[in-house]
Amino acid sequence: MKDIFVLIEHRRGEMRDVSVEMLCGAAKLGGTVVAVLLGKDVDAFAKKAAGYADKVLYVNDPLFENYNSEAYQKALSALVKEHGPGLVLIGNTAQGVDLAPALAVELGVPLVTDITALEMEGDKPKPTRTFYGGKLDAHFTMKDADLYILTVREATFTAEDPSKSGEIVKVDNPVTEDLSYRKFVEYVEPEVGEVDITQSTLLVGVGRGIREDKNMPVVEELAQALGADLAASRAVVDAGWLPADRQVGISGKTVKPKLYLAVGISGAFQHVTGMKGSEVIVAINKDPDAPIFGIADYGIVDDLFKVVPKLVEKIKELKGA
Amino acid sequence: MNMVVCVKRVPDTAESEVHIDASGKDIDKSRLSFGINECDNYAVEEAIQIKERLGEGTVTVISLGDKESDEVIRMALAKGGDEAIRLEDEAFKGGDGFAVAKALAAAIKGLEYDIVFTGALADDDGYAVVPAALAELLGVPHATYVKKVEILEPGKRAKVGRELEGGLMEFLEIDLPCVLGIQTGINEPRYASFKGIKQAAKKEIAIKSAADLGLDASEVGEAGSWAALEKFTPPVVGEMAEILEGEPEETAAKLAAILKEKGLV
Ligand SMILES: Cc1cc2nc3c(=O)[nH]c(=O)nc-3n(C[C@H](O)[C@H](O)[C@H](O)COP(=O)(O)OP(=O)(O)OC[C@H]3O[C@@H](n4cnc5c(N)ncnc54)[C@H](O)[C@@H]3O)c2cc1C
Repeated sequence: MKDIFVLIEHRRGEMRDVSVEMLCGAAKLGGTVVAVLLGKDVDAFAKKAAGYADKVLYVNDPLFENYNSEAYQKALSALVKEHGPGLVLIGNTAQGVDLAPALAVELGVPLVTDITALEMEGDKPKPTRTFYGGKLDAHFTMKDADLYILTVREATFTAEDPSKSGEIVKVDNPVTEDLSYRKFVEYVEPEVGEVDITQSTLLVGVGRGIREDKNMPVVEELAQALGADLAASRAVVDAGWLPADRQVGISGKTVKPKLYLAVGISGAFQHVTGMKGSEVIVAINKDPDAPIFGIADYGIVDDLFKVVPKLVEKIKELKGA
Repeated sequence: MNMVVCVKRVPDTAESEVHIDASGKDIDKSRLSFGINECDNYAVEEAIQIKERLGEGTVTVISLGDKESDEVIRMALAKGGDEAIRLEDEAFKGGDGFAVAKALAAAIKGLEYDIVFTGALADDDGYAVVPAALAELLGVPHATYVKKVEILEPGKRAKVGRELEGGLMEFLEIDLPCVLGIQTGINEPRYASFKGIKQAAKKEIAIKSAADLGLDASEVGEAGSWAALEKFTPPVVGEMAEILEGEPEETAAKLAAILKEKGLV
């Protein structure tokens, strides 16, 4: 089997977990695992990656100080052409999604994005991914090719302890073109609100099932009765019914309360990623097939507008007693 | 400035049961409602707002899909879109993000454009391939997960904010023409006015086949895709939640008791 390239993702001094996960997943596929690291002053990441890889290809250049899809694409395509791997794994992250499709088109090789499981048939990947917001798994066969690119959803593979000591090979930056047509400017931190939901012990998460702004008191009363803070899915934040700092998920916050009570939330993985570490998860949703029930401890399959007011009553009774 | 917006009509499956059909490769869509893909709705709004802000320009709406997609196209026209193209051909069926990007690129190549907007990803397949693949095919730069667009110099350069994990934003400057994949929440999509809807109903939607676009059937649809869908299966879920049964009164009481027992109330 040909080499497997794994793109190491990092940002502002942090290497992302998905990188180690992919290295560990790749090691199980057989073949030589090559961590590809593009950065500036990221020797520590090269060392870390070497614990999981047979080889680290490391480009150290100011061009890679901050992510730029064009710089990454040009560097990767050059490295791929030089080393001829059979598979390239890239995280299905804000970075990977920006990069992988253009890279695949440039190289003329097949790509499947956001995979959640992977089997190999010889050299050929047979990836699984989800459709319809996690309601179905879709199994794919890729076109015959010399190289395949996959973007891998976080937590698809399990990170294990480092067990290798790969050779770290510094290579010259293969990119020489002027890339000023796309230029990094700055990072801007999310705004800080009045409540820090990452510190809350009890959270009521509200989703699109609440339907309208004017229905918000339904969940506000529940939160109040419980002494909980309100959190939300992206749909609610996009609609402007709660501020952005209440959003739980990939592009929001990661929360770990004692209780996460999800009301009218479908359980898209982007949301689940942010709350699956909660101690007790309860879901109220009228759709019995909502993916949220797959990670909740307790569920009520019903109309939230019927259940929540009753729940408020019962909690008040208990608290009064 | 001339802008192009790519829109897709998708089934709303968030609240409905999804049944795999007899082929094993599709779902029974007969009882689903359809509408514009969520981020595409924001993409349409962004293009129209830029046109309004600059006080000039055109917005061309493009969709790959069958006749029913006209409904989504007309809604975009009603909100302020100027022209519309629909790509329809048996050969387009079953295409993945790459195959779709090829058809869109072929249609867009002949147009004068400064920005092509797409949604960041589609609600149904979730590929998130079209914006970056389309840009590469058109030979222009791109940015996706875009949550802020500021035109620095019309026709020349824009500053865009990309949404990263944890709500962090990354700002970059990009030369036009370019492709921007728009993320939800970038703006507040408007409702179409009654007048707009009436006017849009009269507008012509140009229909283009693969041959019209100079594409061979082998380049598009399933044949032109990177991968073939073998089958759908129900998702593998871990342990399912313990479902509390009964009328709302009972389920609420059961849940309250559990919360009490766990010391959460
Ligand atoms: C790059 C990217 C990043 C993202 N980041 C995040 C993120 O950080 N956080 C996040 O949450 N999402 C995120 N999303 C969006 C995510 O994919 C989903 O679209 C979103 O989580 C859906 O929110 P929801 O569950 O509230 O809405 P929906 O998926 O529309 O679900 C609504 C649910 O409410 C139920 N319901 C409706 N009416 C009732 C009723 N009367 N009673 C009971 N139940 C009812 C329905 O059955 C349904 O399950 C991201 C998406 C992308 C592409």
